[in-house]
Amino acid sequence: MTRTTMKGLLLASSILGSAGLAEAQDVTLTIESWRNDDLAIWQEKLIPAFEAKNPGIKVVFSPSAPTEYNAALNAKLDAGSAGDLITCRPFDASLELYNKKHLADLTGLAGMENFSDVAKSAWTTDDGKTTFCVPMASVIHGFIYNKDAFDQLGISVPTTEEEFFAALDKIKADGNYIPMAMGTKDLWEAATMGYQNIGPNYWKGEEGRLALIKGEQKLTDEPWVEPFRVLAKWKDYLGDGFEAQTYPDSQNLFTLGRASIYPAGSWEIAGFNTQAQFKMGAFPPPVKKAGDTCYISDHNDIGIGLNAKSPNAEAAKTFLTWVASPEFAEIYANALPGFFSLNSTAVKMTDPLAQEFVSWREKCKPTIRSTYQILSRGTPNLENETWVASANVINGTQTPEDAAKKLQDGLDSWYKPAK
Amino acid sequence: MNPRETTTDVSELKRPRRWHILVFLLPALAVYTAVMILPLIETLRQSFYNTVDGQYTFVGLGNFKVLFGDPRWASDFWNALKNNFVFFLIHMAVQNPIGIALAAMLSIPKLRFSAFYRTAIFLPTLLSFVIVGFIWKLILSPIWGVAPYLMDVVGLKWLFAPWLGRPDSALIAVSLISVWQYIGIPMMLIYAALLNIPDEVIEAAELDGVTGWSQFWKIKLPLILPAIGIVSILTFVGNFNAFDLIYTVQGALAGPDGSTDILGTLLYRTFFGFQLQLGDRSMGATIAAIMFLIILAGVSLYLFVIQRRMRRYQF
Repeated sequence: MTRTTMKGLLLASSILGSAGLAEAQDVTLTIESWRNDDLAIWQEKLIPAFEAKNPGIKVVFSPSAPTEYNAALNAKLDAGSAGDLITCRPFDASLELYNKKHLADLTGLAGMENFSDVAKSAWTTDDGKTTFCVPMASVIHGFIYNKDAFDQLGISVPTTEEEFFAALDKIKADGNYIPMAMGTKDLWEAATMGYQNIGPNYWKGEEGRLALIKGEQKLTDEPWVEPFRVLAKWKDYLGDGFEAQTYPDSQNLFTLGRASIYPAGSWEIAGFNTQAQFKMGAFPPPVKKAGDTCYISDHNDIGIGLNAKSPNAEAAKTFLTWVASPEFAEIYANALPGFFSLNSTAVKMTDPLAQEFVSWREKCKPTIRSTYQILSRGTPNLENETWVASANVINGTQTPEDAAKKLQDGLDSWYKPAK
Repeated sequence: MNPRETTTDVSELKRPRRWHILVFLLPALAVYTAVMILPLIETLRQSFYNTVDGQYTFVGLGNFKVLFGDPRWASDFWNALKNNFVFFLIHMAVQNPIGIALAAMLSIPKLRFSAFYRTAIFLPTLLSFVIVGFIWKLILSPIWGVAPYLMDVVGLKWLFAPWLGRPDSALIAVSLISVWQYIGIPMMLIYAALLNIPDEVIEAAELDGVTGWSQFWKIKLPLILPAIGIVSILTFVGNFNAFDLIYTVQGALAGPDGSTDILGTLLYRTFFGFQLQLGDRSMGATIAAIMFLIILAGVSLYLFVIQRRMRRYQF
């Protein structure tokens, strides 16, 4: 069935393509991206939907490995061999590209009005005047848990820190499951799924993040050290040899049903749905005391911009306007549950786990990852240092206080908050 | 013909210019210049430039001052250099002696299946570092790894630790993986040197009553010293250029806590950037220049000091 549809699509696109050739010059747009996991979705759903409406424009999705993307893209842009459309990392990596005149100004693009200022914040200049990428999606942090395991052990979903650790103790005492699936080998898991996941509840989301940027708070202040202290307690609940456990190891431990709680980003949903054979649920990072306001990390993750040197700028703008449309948002959010649309128009999602994640937007205050805006501009890089520090704290090789001090010292060495 | 005539003939004969030598050398020279020498010069040049206030300008030794003067750059650099020396010393202490021992065993005439052993031991050298890295990451994985299982079988499970994830053992573990991969090279070079020792020398030694261990120490080892010298210098250059294995096994941040960071990974992170860190070409070129100087110093030390003092035997 799918094969025939695929063939049909291929046939349709080739006919459309040749029809376009006969009439006018065919334009091919190339998209640079780090999302190689999404190749099938682009080729089977998004690109055909666009090409059906815009004969004469062909789109090629050409992704590279996530860890190499930034370096490879910079090299290609400098050499003038990059694609027409550039998938934008949030904040400074893309801002730098705009400042170097690699990305075109898209402030006046038709369709930009579909996004709120917060949605655009990751791809807007510091003065807020120019936007250079169309926001595509954000990811939300939380915990995914094995519902079957929770039912079996009679654990209810924890909402406070105390309940959270009580649940972990109970799972550990039972011994059938590893309480929590996370490793520190790849470093970023500890920072992204650990520190940035639970942190917003302690530094009060945007309030703390902005205070940090303004210099009113320091990383050595209690709200920033406490999440490290909580992380240090995680050590006892991780699997054997977690120091050498990699990110794919953690994913597999959870989807094979050997671990019961997985500190997650919503991008895992699609993969987990196909891998896991048990029922899954999700809960937001537990708050300190019952009744506290909850904060979640709802992090702008993907945007798409226009290569300033693209020879097909007009066709590319047509494509970007389509990306900004509710139609794209709906296809994208449903094809990739866990990547939540930033479009102001509400998007209907069918995946229950994705619905659970996105429902937190209503009861909790969203923020973005604390290290991404402005604070990772200098050397040493705060984000990379946070990876190392978080892993050290969980490994027990550095105390929370020392880790925080090292981060603050590094930041102080180059960052002078505007007074 | 009388002898006088012959000499005049030769002196009158103009030696033809041997153009073909130049022609044959040219392609290699051109390729080598284009892909090695020019980039090297360009890198060295770049290490004297940096972007100041948006302008790409000559800064003299400014980049080097930052690298050695700024406490953070300096601590990263010295950490990488120290780790690199440990990496090198482990290779010298483990890879080369074992390589010599393997070569000595292979050259025992009575050994059966020696061709099989030779191929089997050399095989990892031919594998891509990516494959080697992933194989060993899996073998040593505390979750699915075969190492903890096998150690459990022989009752040594308590000895197992997540070596790649601990700051105190990660560098040793990665070095030993690299030793495992490249042990074939010293083995082959020394094996060839051992085969080159004429039988007369060995027979003479046997007649004088020098056999077994003392034959190895007193006759064979001195004769293969030049080969050991070559192996050492190859190890030195290889180790101070190393990057690939650490990158595949431990990632670009060379964790945990920078404990496996060597000059190659530091250079990669600095030059190309990593995650949110943007690449800094000038500082990257500066680190590359220092690496070049270190390797140059090591090779010069070998060429001008050690190699000249080494005794060679002519048969």
